[in-house]
Amino acid sequence: MIVLEPRSQPSRILAVLSPVIAIGLTLLAGGILMALMGKPPLEALWIYFFQPFGELWMWITLPEGEREMWLYIPSEVIVKAIPLALIGAGLAVCFRANVWNIGAAGQYTMGAIIGGWFALSAPEGVSGIWLAPYLIAGVLGGMAWAAIPAFLRVRFNANEILVSLMLTYVAGYLLDWLVRGPFKDPLGFGFPQSEDFQDAFIMPVLVEGTRLHLGVVLAIIATVALWVMMGRTMKGFEVRVIGAAPRAGAFAGFSRDRTIWFVLLLSGGLAGLAGAIEVSATVQQLQPQISAEYGFVAIIVAFLGRLNPLGALFGAVILAISYIGGENAQILLKLPKAVTGVFQGMLLFFLLGCDTLIRYRIRLMRPTRG
Amino acid sequence: MTGPGHADAGPGTPLFEARDIVKKFGEFAANQDVGLVIQPGEKHALLGENGAGKSTLVKMMYGVMQPTSGEFFWNGARTVIHKPAEARDLGIGMVFQHFSVFDALTVVENIALALAPEPMKALSQRIEQVSESYGLAIDPRRAVHTLSVGEKQRVEIIRCLLQHPKLLIMDEPTSVLTPQETRVLFETLDKLAAEGCSILYISHKLEEVKALCDAATILRLGRVVAHCDPKAETARSMAEMMVGDEIAWVEKEGAAAETGPVRLMVDRLNLPAASEFGISLIDLSLEVRGGEVVGIAGVAGEGQSELMEALTGEVLSDRAEVILIDGEAMGRVGPTPRRLAGAAFVPEERNGHAAVGELTLPGNIILAHHAAEQVATRSWIDFGKADGWAKRVREAFDVRAGAENPTAGSLSGGNLQKFIVGREILREPGVLVVSQPTWGVDAGAAAVIRRALIDLAGRGSAVLVISQDLEEIFSICDKIAVIHHGRLSREHPAAEMTPEKVGLLMGGAHPEASEIPAGEVA
Repeated sequence: MIVLEPRSQPSRILAVLSPVIAIGLTLLAGGILMALMGKPPLEALWIYFFQPFGELWMWITLPEGEREMWLYIPSEVIVKAIPLALIGAGLAVCFRANVWNIGAAGQYTMGAIIGGWFALSAPEGVSGIWLAPYLIAGVLGGMAWAAIPAFLRVRFNANEILVSLMLTYVAGYLLDWLVRGPFKDPLGFGFPQSEDFQDAFIMPVLVEGTRLHLGVVLAIIATVALWVMMGRTMKGFEVRVIGAAPRAGAFAGFSRDRTIWFVLLLSGGLAGLAGAIEVSATVQQLQPQISAEYGFVAIIVAFLGRLNPLGALFGAVILAISYIGGENAQILLKLPKAVTGVFQGMLLFFLLGCDTLIRYRIRLMRPTRG
Repeated sequence: MTGPGHADAGPGTPLFEARDIVKKFGEFAANQDVGLVIQPGEKHALLGENGAGKSTLVKMMYGVMQPTSGEFFWNGARTVIHKPAEARDLGIGMVFQHFSVFDALTVVENIALALAPEPMKALSQRIEQVSESYGLAIDPRRAVHTLSVGEKQRVEIIRCLLQHPKLLIMDEPTSVLTPQETRVLFETLDKLAAEGCSILYISHKLEEVKALCDAATILRLGRVVAHCDPKAETARSMAEMMVGDEIAWVEKEGAAAETGPVRLMVDRLNLPAASEFGISLIDLSLEVRGGEVVGIAGVAGEGQSELMEALTGEVLSDRAEVILIDGEAMGRVGPTPRRLAGAAFVPEERNGHAAVGELTLPGNIILAHHAAEQVATRSWIDFGKADGWAKRVREAFDVRAGAENPTAGSLSGGNLQKFIVGREILREPGVLVVSQPTWGVDAGAAAVIRRALIDLAGRGSAVLVISQDLEEIFSICDKIAVIHHGRLSREHPAAEMTPEKVGLLMGGAHPEASEIPAGEVA
């Protein structure tokens, strides 16, 4: 009989080790999955998870002059990690407060919509300084969308998981309608897409020859700032206390309602920022497909980063690699794109399972039969 | 119901016996070589402080958990109890300290959940029969949320009796009862025992054990330290066996010498119940002067937690003037301004209300002192200051912990309570409101805490103690009021009160009546 026995103190070692074990189990289960699909498991895993790393390593070890041609993979990993880190860090704070914003994808979409609306309605030929209000518009879009579950939760005790999740689909259909209607490019041959953004609304590229853009700076600033907030400030303390023991929070004089508003607006704003950054950096227009699934994948990022905003940076890189690996695998192994999602799902599954070990130890017991 | 494998043994065989029971949680032995013998029809007390291993032993007897080693015997036959259903089949019934009843259901519905399916009407009749023959008055059709705590306990007892137990285990049954209700319970238990049902009575109230039981087993730190006849012992001698040491009895010396001005005043506090099953506070008034300890007695769930939340500021009153702290109107502000005005609070629940189990001790200092003692500015936390505070509290109140930087949740109940009370007292608050200061705390820690409360009042602070423990109220309070159904009686000087008088008020004798009818006291 396998018994879970509570530990007297949560294990700090396992709190760190749990993501590593989860990654290991994901690789194992992934290998079995590959074998069942008739692919060589080791090779498949290599392509999926180690090749992107390998190329990253190769890039570092190359002599100065030859680096540029190899810049593509590492810069693509970082480009994918930017929205994941922004959303994931916000969700880490939100989840710490025991508030479950599952609708970051919708807030991301609203950020893109409001930002896009601002960009598309700006006068022709504005200067680069207009990028700032564009990004702020994205933040406001995400916050507005997150304000709905916050209001309904505080006012009517409506479950924020359901409300935020449902609103994701509302945002998705709103975007779909906009690019087929009001925002539709008149010269777009009927395709559901807006006009291209003018230059002022495109994220400046940092390294020539890659897509690595200014967003990386914003992502690092945001995650570090949230990390400091959680560790050093009263606001972070408040969030942690309300999440761990709401009654103790009330005893301390903290307002639970204000905390719910705060974490939802914060995570929604960051998701909106990620949405505005992403459309401006990659597709540079509004269209139905703007990778809103980052909003869901960022949930895994937050957990992989131990609900620590700085950890989300690390989690974002791991998940970004799984995206790149997935693209490689599509090309080299003719695997369906859905396998990437399966891998990400397994990772979250094993991660939540392994987290049990932080508070419990496993014991094998011989059943005592009389 | 005795199964086919359990033939009745001859006369002289104990009904139940536990031999060399060991239960380990990791390295920690909650029970070590515990032996217990219960004769048929015996009223057997299981005594011990909190953490002595009483609950662990009983949970194993009831099949909730399994011993690491050791054996149980039922009527002389070795037996293993895998789960509560098997315990019930043997004839073991248990009344838990925390009732497992559903508030929204009626009495008969609650009882039906525990039994094999049968028509509700027939079951109602059986309930009425049992309740009549054992003096456990209850109406099967009533919704459980309308019952008093004592009546809820009756539901649990009836539920057990309907299963014809041979051994009835009662876990701290009187902690929720008034002295009068306790007497009724004891009559029921006497009757049961006379019919041949054995009782295992778990308690730390020694006077009760002396009155009820004819045998006792005393546990300390997981081991049996004595078997004795409680009628032949004194309460003090049994207490010393429980604690293994001479006990420092804390008593207030004489009446409060000089009391100062009113430092805490509650003026006609009215608070509607927060939920369907909550208690409304009605016209509740009290005042506590500097230098005195005022006690609020009452059985559980009569509005104490609602009053506590109104005093801390977690729930706001309708008018600011309802609560005056050192003359300042505080009824409409939250806990932080009240603390800044010089008040401090110790709620009943240690883990999750007064402290956060996941946080370290300095973290729990920040929880209460962030503004009141400037452990943080509006935005930044001063961790050095929090560490210093935690260290001072640990030294002043002898808070012991296994680890270097422990989380609050890893401390024992007594040590965590000492930390929480110490955290507030070291502030030298002008007003201290404390609920259940020594609930579930070992005798040593309880003495430290009670002493500290008396000393704080001695230095001129106003101390309000809300407690269900009458012994505690009488040992430390200068004045006593009683809360019942959300109403508070007027304050009586402790010297004029007896447990019987308080018990009458606890049971709902009219608190408005200024004099207690002495004739009704037996």
